Amino acid sequence: MAHEHKLEIFRGLLKFKSNTQKIWGVLAFLTLVTAIEVGLGIAKPELFTKNYFLGMKLLNWIFIILTLVKAYYIAWDFMHLRDEKSALRRAIVWTPIFLVSYLIFILLFEADYIYNVFKDGFLSWNF
Amino acid sequence: MDSTVTTGAEDNVWGGGNRPLGASYGKLMMWFFIVSDALTFSGFLVSYGFSRFKFIETWPIADEVFTHVPFFHGNYPMYYVAFMTFILIMSSVTMVLAVDAGHRMMKNRVIWYMFLTIIGGAIFVGSQAWEWATFIKGDFGALETKGGRILQFVNAETGERAALADFSKTLPEERVKHEGSNGIWYQKEGYKTSYSLNEVVEGFKASPNILIRTETINEEGEKTLLTRQESLAKLKDAKLVVEGANLIRNEYGSRLFADFFFFITGFHGFHVFSGVVINVIIFFNVILGTYERRGHYEMVEKVGLYWHFVDLVWVFVFTFFYLV
Repeated sequence: MAHEHKLEIFRGLLKFKSNTQKIWGVLAFLTLVTAIEVGLGIAKPELFTKNYFLGMKLLNWIFIILTLVKAYYIAWDFMHLRDEKSALRRAIVWTPIFLVSYLIFILLFEADYIYNVFKDGFLSWNF
Repeated sequence: MDSTVTTGAEDNVWGGGNRPLGASYGKLMMWFFIVSDALTFSGFLVSYGFSRFKFIETWPIADEVFTHVPFFHGNYPMYYVAFMTFILIMSSVTMVLAVDAGHRMMKNRVIWYMFLTIIGGAIFVGSQAWEWATFIKGDFGALETKGGRILQFVNAETGERAALADFSKTLPEERVKHEGSNGIWYQKEGYKTSYSLNEVVEGFKASPNILIRTETINEEGEKTLLTRQESLAKLKDAKLVVEGANLIRNEYGSRLFADFFFFITGFHGFHVFSGVVINVIIFFNVILGTYERRGHYEMVEKVGLYWHFVDLVWVFVFTFFYLV
C-alpha cells in the first residue's frame, strides 16, 4: 500500500505541498470552470453564438472542451489516475475514448442524414 | 515434481504473484465496472445527441425549461443545476479527503469525511427529485397539434410566456374524468388538464394580445413567434391541451426531450442513490473499526472510485442536458 502522490498539476506549473492541499486546489479549479460555464450559458455572448465550427456553435464547443477539462481533473486527481501506472491509465482512458468517438461519429452522421430527409424528403411531419 | 526448480518468485514470470498494473484485484474490478458503465452512459448520451441532431431545429432550449429554484419565484435559468453540480463536486472532494485520511490511518477523519459525503449525496438526490417534480408538473401549459408538435403562448405586450390560466375561458362544459371503474380498464384517462381544448381556443380568440410560439428555432437561436393571423391559422391544428411532461406528452417541446431527461437523469440518480447506500455501508464499517483491524482502508478507496465516477458522469450530463 505504498502511496506516493504526484503533487503537480498544470504540467508542473503548480506544485502543492501536500495531497490535501492539492485536493482543495483542484476543487477551486473545478468550481472556477463550472462558474465560467454557467456564466457563459447565461450571458450567451454573440461572438460565440454567431460563429460556427464544424456545424456547431463556438459556445457549445467551449462547453464541451471545458467539460473534458473537468473530466480530466476528476479522473486524474480525484480518482488518482495520476498516481497509477501508465499501463493501467492508458487501458482505462483510451478504451472508452476510442469506442465513444466511433459511436459519436456514426450516430451523429446518421442523425444529420435523417434531419435532411425530414427537411427535403417530401415528408411532412410538422402539421 | 522434484525436478521443478522453484527459485524466488521475482524471477518467475508465470509463477503468479505479479502485479503488472500495480493495483489490487478489487481496485481493478472496480475500474472494469467503471469503464463498462461509462460506455453505457456514453450510449445514452450519444443517443440523446442522435435524437437532438435529428430535430436540431425544433429541440427545446434547456434555459427555458429548467428555470426554477426552490423557495424562489421567478426566472432563474440554470442556477439550481449549477448548485447541484457544485454539491456533487463538493461531496467528491470530501470523498477524496476520506480516502486520503484512510491512507494515513486516521479513523475519525475518515468517519467525518464519509459522513459529509453521504450528506452531499443525499442533498443531490433530493434536488434531483425536486427537479423531476417541477418538470412533471409543468410551467405554462401548451397545445399539441395533429403532428405532435407543441404550440406555446406568449404575451405580445410583455414578451413573456403566457400560461393557459392567463387567457383561457371557463366555459360551462361538463367534463368528468373517465375512471377505470366506469368502463373498460384500457379506456381509463391518464391525466386531465385544467382547461379543455375548447376553453383554450376560445380564450385565445378573445385575447388579441396572445401569440403562438412554435418549436422552430430561428436565426437568433430563439423560438419562432407567429403573428396574430398566423397564430389563429395555426390554432386550427391543435388537438389537445398539454400540461407538464411525462413519457408520452411534453409541454416543453419534443417528447423525446422529456423521455431522455427521465431516462438519463433517472439512471444517473439511481447511481447516486446506490452510491449513497454503498457509502453508508462503508461508513458503518469504518465506525465499527473493520478497516482498522484489516490494516488498510482500501475499501474506502474503492467506493471512492465509484463515487467520483458518478460525479464524472454528472459533469457530462450537465453539459449535454443543460448547457449545450
